[in-house]
Amino acid sequence: METIVQNIQGVPLNHYILFCSIIFTIGVIGVLTRRNVIIIMMSVELMLNAVNLLLTAFSAHSGDPAGQVFVFFIMALAAAEVAVGLAIIVMVYRNTRSVDINALNRLRG
Amino acid sequence: MIDLIWLIPLLPLVGFLINGIARNALPKSLVGVIGSGVVLVAFLLSCGVFATVYAARQVGADATFIQPIFEWISAGDLQISLSFLVDPLSAVMLLIVTGIGFLIHVYSVGYMMHDPGFAKFFAFLNLFVFFMLLLVLGSNYIVMFIGWEGVGLCSYLLIGFWFRNSSYVKAAKKAFVMNRIGDLGFLIAVFLIFATFGSLEFSTVFPQAAGMAVGDATLLLITLLLFVAATGKSAQIPLFTWLPDAMAGPTPVSALIHAATMVTAGIYMIARSNILFTLSPITLQIVAAVGICTALLAAAIAVTQNDIKKVLAYSTVSQLGYMFLGLGVGAFTGAFFHVLTHAFFKGLLFLGAGSVIHAMSDEQDMRRMGGLKKQLPVTYVTMLIGTVAISGIPPLSGFFSKDEILAHAFISNTALWILGVVGALLTSFYMFRMLFLTFFGKFRGSDTQADHLHESPMTMTMPLVALAILSALGGLLNVPSALGGGHALESFLAPVFEDSALQVEAVHLSHNTEYLLMGISAVGALIMAVVAYQQYVSKAVVPKSDEAQRRALSKLSYHKFYVDELYETLVVRPLNGLSGFFYRVVDKSIIDGIVNGSGKTIGETGKGLRLLQSGNVGFYIFFMVVAAVVLLAYGLLTFNR
Repeated sequence: METIVQNIQGVPLNHYILFCSIIFTIGVIGVLTRRNVIIIMMSVELMLNAVNLLLTAFSAHSGDPAGQVFVFFIMALAAAEVAVGLAIIVMVYRNTRSVDINALNRLRG
Repeated sequence: MIDLIWLIPLLPLVGFLINGIARNALPKSLVGVIGSGVVLVAFLLSCGVFATVYAARQVGADATFIQPIFEWISAGDLQISLSFLVDPLSAVMLLIVTGIGFLIHVYSVGYMMHDPGFAKFFAFLNLFVFFMLLLVLGSNYIVMFIGWEGVGLCSYLLIGFWFRNSSYVKAAKKAFVMNRIGDLGFLIAVFLIFATFGSLEFSTVFPQAAGMAVGDATLLLITLLLFVAATGKSAQIPLFTWLPDAMAGPTPVSALIHAATMVTAGIYMIARSNILFTLSPITLQIVAAVGICTALLAAAIAVTQNDIKKVLAYSTVSQLGYMFLGLGVGAFTGAFFHVLTHAFFKGLLFLGAGSVIHAMSDEQDMRRMGGLKKQLPVTYVTMLIGTVAISGIPPLSGFFSKDEILAHAFISNTALWILGVVGALLTSFYMFRMLFLTFFGKFRGSDTQADHLHESPMTMTMPLVALAILSALGGLLNVPSALGGGHALESFLAPVFEDSALQVEAVHLSHNTEYLLMGISAVGALIMAVVAYQQYVSKAVVPKSDEAQRRALSKLSYHKFYVDELYETLVVRPLNGLSGFFYRVVDKSIIDGIVNGSGKTIGETGKGLRLLQSGNVGFYIFFMVVAAVVLLAYGLLTFNR
């Protein structure tokens, strides 16, 4: 346990921030540019996990376990979100025979 | 018997509830029995109460009984209880209200028999009797005020009883609105009384007031406001124009409400508050002046009216003016005596007129009547008695009461007496004019009306006979000492006016002067009767048609001195204009503009924002990210450690 923390702390915090920002941006770009709903979901997961990683890094560096508790909550939330999101995708597919985001245009108000 | 006072007003209320709620279920006969029966029982109870009061007076007691029912309002210093006061004044009023009320209920059974609103009519009449009894019995100004408002309401309901005729509805509205003006005066007076005396109970206010100085400014204000209230309810200048219009109601209503009881409420209220008025000589002078002016003006109008009920209505206004004259010159007993006798003979005259109208198939124009005495003998004889009584010809009741008022007016101011006698002469003239036009000469109506002529049924003639007897003998209640009487009513009412009597030095006329005064008015009245006979029987003059040219004075009188038109221009039109302005500008533009404008703004904004809901999920997400970036940027920019 001690060694893991020391290992994490061995890497400078800036690296974590940079790495997480890159992953997060990839997620955002994925969400914005892809039209396949499943890929958009995956990109969202990517964004969530980038944040999770950053939280863990901050937690380890400042020696405060609260950040890791957050991560557990976010993971539980992500699981729930994926369950609901996939269910919606399944329903959309059954109705439109596609998983294209533009198939949802008919939700227009 | 005194313990049962609460039953007297309660019974008509019960009658109202039964007839009002079950009006479609009950047969007409039962409605009539219930409606009249409750008032009859109330009358019998009133007789019992009166007997108790009378017995107490015989042994010299004050005969004032207060029966608290319950504590109604209790807030800080303000204690108002619903309680009833029986003293000689209210005991006599009880008899008038329930007794004449009963006779008129019986009469209505015949008069309204063919009306589809029969039960509703009886319900309203019962409700009226209830409120009138509340007014009479109240032991404080608040209970009196409830009755005061209630009778105004019933008056409104009954004037507009045939509400399908829009002019009747207008008359009802007019009566209601004019009464409201007076009611406002009453209300403010009540506030002032509470502020001054800290109580509204008669038994607390009057003894306190008796200790105040003559001419006290607060008392002056209170009494003036009370008098405003009285001018509204009792149809005095300037608020008298509603009463002639009130004749739109069924005739029994005119007899009960607009002749015998409700319109005398103002006199009752002033007589009840006599000590307040005695201590404000200025108010008394105004009361007397307004009274005599009203008496003369209304009498002058009555002389040229052709509608039989209008004549009686203006006559009522005129007689009420006499009562106020009596109050104004301090003849409280005389005024109240005139209330009593007037209730007899004017109730009688109205019911008689109703009988004539009934026989004439709802014809009210005297120019189409004439020669009815053969067909309507009972109505004729009773109305003759009523006419003689109101004209002040001895020995019928009107002579005694009017003479007492005039005698007091003579003591106070000779000019008042002269004007009063002139009014009395006019009274005699227009009353006999009405009698002669209706019952003498040739029949001037249509053939169908002639075929239909008949004496009214027993239910209608019996009350006429009863009231005729009362009109004939009512004067004996208070025979002046000059004629060998004992002032019975005056000594009976003495405790009520005791405080006022202490304030004013009693002046007594010598018997010879009194004989002279009586002689002048009685002989004058007789002469006027003869003049009317010459004019309308010997010469058989029929009043001109509406369009005919008249001489200036007669035209003025025929058009009621243009008072209605005057009010129309001075008050109604400006108010209508003002409300039109408020409606068009303030309400329509400003208030509606604000309300509609805010609604429209929100609607338009929504319409614009709706376009953002394109349904393109990518677009939504893009905006979400943009928003997140903006929030992040904002957070970073404002973040400082």
